[in-house]
Amino acid sequence: MMDLDTVTTGNRLALSRLLTEVENDTQTGRDALDRLFVRAGRAHLVGITGAPGTGKSSLVSCLAKHIRSELGMSVAVVAVDPSSPFTGGAILGDRVRMRDLAGDTGVFIRSMASRGALGGLARATAGVVQVLDAAGFDFVLIETVGAGQSEVDIARLAHTTIVIEAPGLGDDIQAIKAGILEIADILVINKADLPGAENTERALRANLDLGYTPRMLHNSTHMATANDSAQEGAQGWVPPVLKTIATQSVGMADVLSSIKAHRDYLQQTGLWKVRDQERLKAEVTHLLQTTLMQRWQRSVSQEKYEAILDQVYDREISPGAAIDILMNE
Amino acid sequence: MADKKIRVLIAKPGLDGHDRGAKVIARALRDAGMEVIYTGLRQSPEMIAEAALQEDVNVIGLSILSGAHLVLVPRVIELVRANGQHDVKVFVGGIIPEDDIPALTAAGVSAIYGPGTSTTKVVEEILAAFPAV
Ligand SMILES: Nc1nc2c(ncn2[C@@H]2O[C@H](COP(=O)(O)OP(=O)(O)OP(=O)(O)O)[C@@H](O)[C@H]2O)c(=O)[nH]1
Ligand SMILES: [Mg+2]
Repeated sequence: MMDLDTVTTGNRLALSRLLTEVENDTQTGRDALDRLFVRAGRAHLVGITGAPGTGKSSLVSCLAKHIRSELGMSVAVVAVDPSSPFTGGAILGDRVRMRDLAGDTGVFIRSMASRGALGGLARATAGVVQVLDAAGFDFVLIETVGAGQSEVDIARLAHTTIVIEAPGLGDDIQAIKAGILEIADILVINKADLPGAENTERALRANLDLGYTPRMLHNSTHMATANDSAQEGAQGWVPPVLKTIATQSVGMADVLSSIKAHRDYLQQTGLWKVRDQERLKAEVTHLLQTTLMQRWQRSVSQEKYEAILDQVYDREISPGAAIDILMNE
Repeated sequence: MADKKIRVLIAKPGLDGHDRGAKVIARALRDAGMEVIYTGLRQSPEMIAEAALQEDVNVIGLSILSGAHLVLVPRVIELVRANGQHDVKVFVGGIIPEDDIPALTAAGVSAIYGPGTSTTKVVEEILAAFPAV
């Protein structure tokens, strides 16, 4: 069994190798996740999402640098880029924009390929983040693939989700329609040095005024678990709209103070816990489904299963009737 | 279920500003199903070793045109080994004079690919070196 103390006491090689085990979903990786679970839950998880090229990596780099210099807290970065659906390979290029972080032992950057997952994260991202959390990093910044669609996965994983827009993408309104605003705790208009930043800002604010409903209210799980003050609080957070120039380190103090304000807000309203609980509940439900499925598959032979499917194909029995038969095996 | 990929760091040490070759090889490796971490231009040996460590790569490909390979390449290998990554293979692509090859080999370089090497050869040699991954 792997010695996890090395990981939690700053051995970077051990940490890096464990991240690979988790990413590859090996037995070693799963065992480690089980044992590290009790040590995780301390880090502030911050998601950074937005359309391709809006400056996510640049902002992550700049923000991490700012956290280091202002707070002296440690920062892990997980940057997800897409895998090719055809070959399964990937080019992970986010580090190109993060070279300013080189040489700082308080920073750890890990690139991940999406490996077929569609929601902007890889399936193993949550596990990788958990390991970095347990390893003691104060912040984990998670850069999504950036499909520009509504990226629910990151909102579920992170405590604070930053959505980045940039002028000149031509299709700002489209991105807003896609529901991305609903997951934003902080909105950043990056590339504020470029023409059109004012227009982007106006469009965003108009949409916020018009259509914004805090994400908590959409979610029945929240309704079920949140106490009253948490629900009131949900209405109390209005996502700030900030302008930045990531390539020139402009606006980072505002981004960082908004992140801190959001953290305070989540903690004071009890939502910090609620979000954690919601994520964990989803995880348990998912595991339960997979496990039950596997157990059931072991209990019913493939021939039997196919025979019953054949009856469904021939319209002798309905899918519902098929389930009744299969479950009573 | 377990899902393993060969991870390759493609880095460009030295001061010259050309990364066409590096990008071509990065794409070829991706097309062969590998995960390629690309770090961009002007990387110091320290930056390369740090990235290799954080990314837990199997292979480092160094693209070199500047002529400083006799200093840069051994330095990268020294740092990578000092970090405990003893199984990481390092290959060099670019213009390397015949006379310098023995020194690089002695420093631990596993392959040197001159201009005009087919990407297929590079891919095949990496795949052969990591059959289990
Ligand atoms: N003018 C200007 N350019 C910027 C700014 N921030 C980033 N860029 C440039 O925008 C380009 C894309 O930046 P990235 O940080 O790679 O963007 P990204 O969102 O991470 O891109 P993907 O990961 O490919 O989706 C780069 O050429 C950056 O230099 C900014 O504030 N102003
Ligand atoms: Mg990026």
